[in-house]
Amino acid sequence: MVKLSINNRDVEVPEGTSILDAASELGIKVPTLCHFKLDDFDIESKAGSCRVCVVEVEGRPNLAPSCCTPATDGMKVKTNSVRAINARRTMLDLLLSNHPKDCLTCQRNLDCDLQRLAGEMGLHRILFEGEQMEHEVDRANESIVRDPNKCIMCRRCEAACNVMQTVGILSAVDRGFDAVVMPTNKHSLAETKCTFCGQCVQACPTGALTAVNRSYDVWRELNHPAKFKVVQTAPAVRVALGEAFGQEPGSVSTGKMVAALRKLGFDRVFDTDFAADLTIMEETTELIGRLTSGENLPILTSCCPGWVKFFEHQFPDLINIPSTAKSPQQMFGAIAKTYYAEKADIAPDNMLVASVMPCLAKKYEAAREEFAPNGVRDVDIVISTRELANMIKEAGIQFNDLEESEFDNPLGESTGAGVIFGATGGVLEAALRTAADWLSDEPIEDVNFTAVRGLSGIREATVTVAGKDIRVAIASGLSNARDLLDKIRKGEARYEAIEIMACPGGCINGGGQPSIKGDTSILEKRRQALYVIDEDKQIRKSHENPSIQKLYKEFLGKPGSERAHKLLHTHYTERENA
Amino acid sequence: MTTTCCERCERDTLIDDMPEARQALETYLDGLPLTDKPERNQGFLIQSLHKAQALFGYLPESVQLFVANKLGIHLSQVYGVISFYSFFTDSPLGDFRINVCTGTACFVKGAGKILEEFVRLLGIEEGETSGDLRFSLGGLRCVGACSLAPVVMVNERVYGNVTAEMVPEILNDCE
Repeated sequence: MVKLSINNRDVEVPEGTSILDAASELGIKVPTLCHFKLDDFDIESKAGSCRVCVVEVEGRPNLAPSCCTPATDGMKVKTNSVRAINARRTMLDLLLSNHPKDCLTCQRNLDCDLQRLAGEMGLHRILFEGEQMEHEVDRANESIVRDPNKCIMCRRCEAACNVMQTVGILSAVDRGFDAVVMPTNKHSLAETKCTFCGQCVQACPTGALTAVNRSYDVWRELNHPAKFKVVQTAPAVRVALGEAFGQEPGSVSTGKMVAALRKLGFDRVFDTDFAADLTIMEETTELIGRLTSGENLPILTSCCPGWVKFFEHQFPDLINIPSTAKSPQQMFGAIAKTYYAEKADIAPDNMLVASVMPCLAKKYEAAREEFAPNGVRDVDIVISTRELANMIKEAGIQFNDLEESEFDNPLGESTGAGVIFGATGGVLEAALRTAADWLSDEPIEDVNFTAVRGLSGIREATVTVAGKDIRVAIASGLSNARDLLDKIRKGEARYEAIEIMACPGGCINGGGQPSIKGDTSILEKRRQALYVIDEDKQIRKSHENPSIQKLYKEFLGKPGSERAHKLLHTHYTERENA
Repeated sequence: MTTTCCERCERDTLIDDMPEARQALETYLDGLPLTDKPERNQGFLIQSLHKAQALFGYLPESVQLFVANKLGIHLSQVYGVISFYSFFTDSPLGDFRINVCTGTACFVKGAGKILEEFVRLLGIEEGETSGDLRFSLGGLRCVGACSLAPVVMVNERVYGNVTAEMVPEILNDCE
């Protein structure tokens, strides 16, 4: 332990603690910008490049960056001396000197750390009007817009991409004034092995990395009188959307969300949870098939498009082990434009299928060419939780005052198994509930497979189902996925079923969710909220969903049937690992 | 020669086009005391890139990728280093690499005019290579021969006390 004083108050902290963390022990906040820390995921990036957190340390000639200076015994620190405050203001002034001042029209307006800091420090004029950067803006993909002109070289995205996700495409490029974070060899993101998980967007403190905004396209379609407008909402949206309207993290806003979507003008508000139940029907059939034959194990889940693109690039040798089941989003689109279109007597090309997703990779997924049979996309437009929140505000809808509404049927009926898809471990638990029933003589009573739940990066368990031991593993966050797959590749670990989600914690922490601003406790609250919804459901097993049973009876036949394969299964493409 | 890795981009194949250089680089990299810890292997990156550039002449993506995979680090980390140091280049250089010193002493003694003369006679800007891959023109900061300022280097050869009038002669030497 070391003892030091900060602003004349004594504090004792373990050796190696930064001055920043020691100050926070005393409730003293030092402003930061490049510092990026996610407690539950063991991620910390302290490039020390922004110098916004400088403090005065007695006896040292220079100011010290508090995020990357360890506290030492007897240290006397002043966090808000005139010298420190002036230095901070100068740093910020310099950062702004070549920063585009288009805040009013920036995607990050009112959600930007740089803007907020300028406000908090009361920077009312720019002293140094510098040369402006003139980099090309990368808009060549469906998910992420990269505007290097707004990059402040904080390197937070590098920590997200290279350390947390081990995708490894971002790096500081060039030198001096031209230096900026870019993909390898200055490619556009579309040309790289980017998974479009969007964790870099969540990490970026400015408008350098933002989500592609499709809300204008949704508005246009909503005002198209002849179109039949259908929307689906992913599980994780309902436990995060409320945060955008000042609700406590972990608030469940399913009913208000449905009401808001109706007010926006959708003809039918359906639920991706329904399609999640459908995914379980197909995936569990595949799992049991492989368990019976003992071949091609383990089976890997395939719901997460970021994860799918990750293994296509980085583990092409394992391309035959993921389930061939499409993701719930894509299953929904395929069923809406066939089964439902037929039932409701609507021409598929006259139907708009929009999705609200916690995810940016879903935008990319919906645009993959295999998901547009005969040129008609299964899912037409994907917007994120944040985009939906903005549309609701734009429409002047008083979200918190809305009377709750229910999903339409049949594609809105879902079970507890469908909703837990939004948290890491949920897909596997849902599959186990159905597998246990199908493999046993009578239905299981306890559906809670708590061993697979939690937020930690890798979890393993052996689950006994109908007297059979099934070894399962769950990974969330792509660095954890990589560790797990490396073990499988080397034959060091054996499992029968594995669930992988690209984002740490699963979809609740997706790239399209309201920002958690580094507070990972919000994720735990969102996670728990999903399990509360699950427990409140009468039916908690996918195969018991009456609308799913009807869908098979009327249209698909059996899980794994020829029609099910045509509509609900997909294939993967080997991609270059560079 | 290029191959297509996806519909959008083309990747060079230099690493396979020069099998002897590839072999030499592989031998060199395998001789390094590499570990399974990428953060430690990163320490060998700059010397590996020196070797690779000496063997291949420049460092296109295929060569970067080869080094990255051997060291177990991300391609982006390799590219970040290449783009930072002016010595490394990811595009082919000319047979004659002309570097005009623009360090303080040379600059004061008229390096700017010399550089201008090269630009005029070669028809290329600083940092560029001629289309026939004969000449590359660059600037550098001090070769430690300030008493001879202004200084020009052509490959390994140093010219001292250079004037703009000497530029045609220097180019004539490039045979």
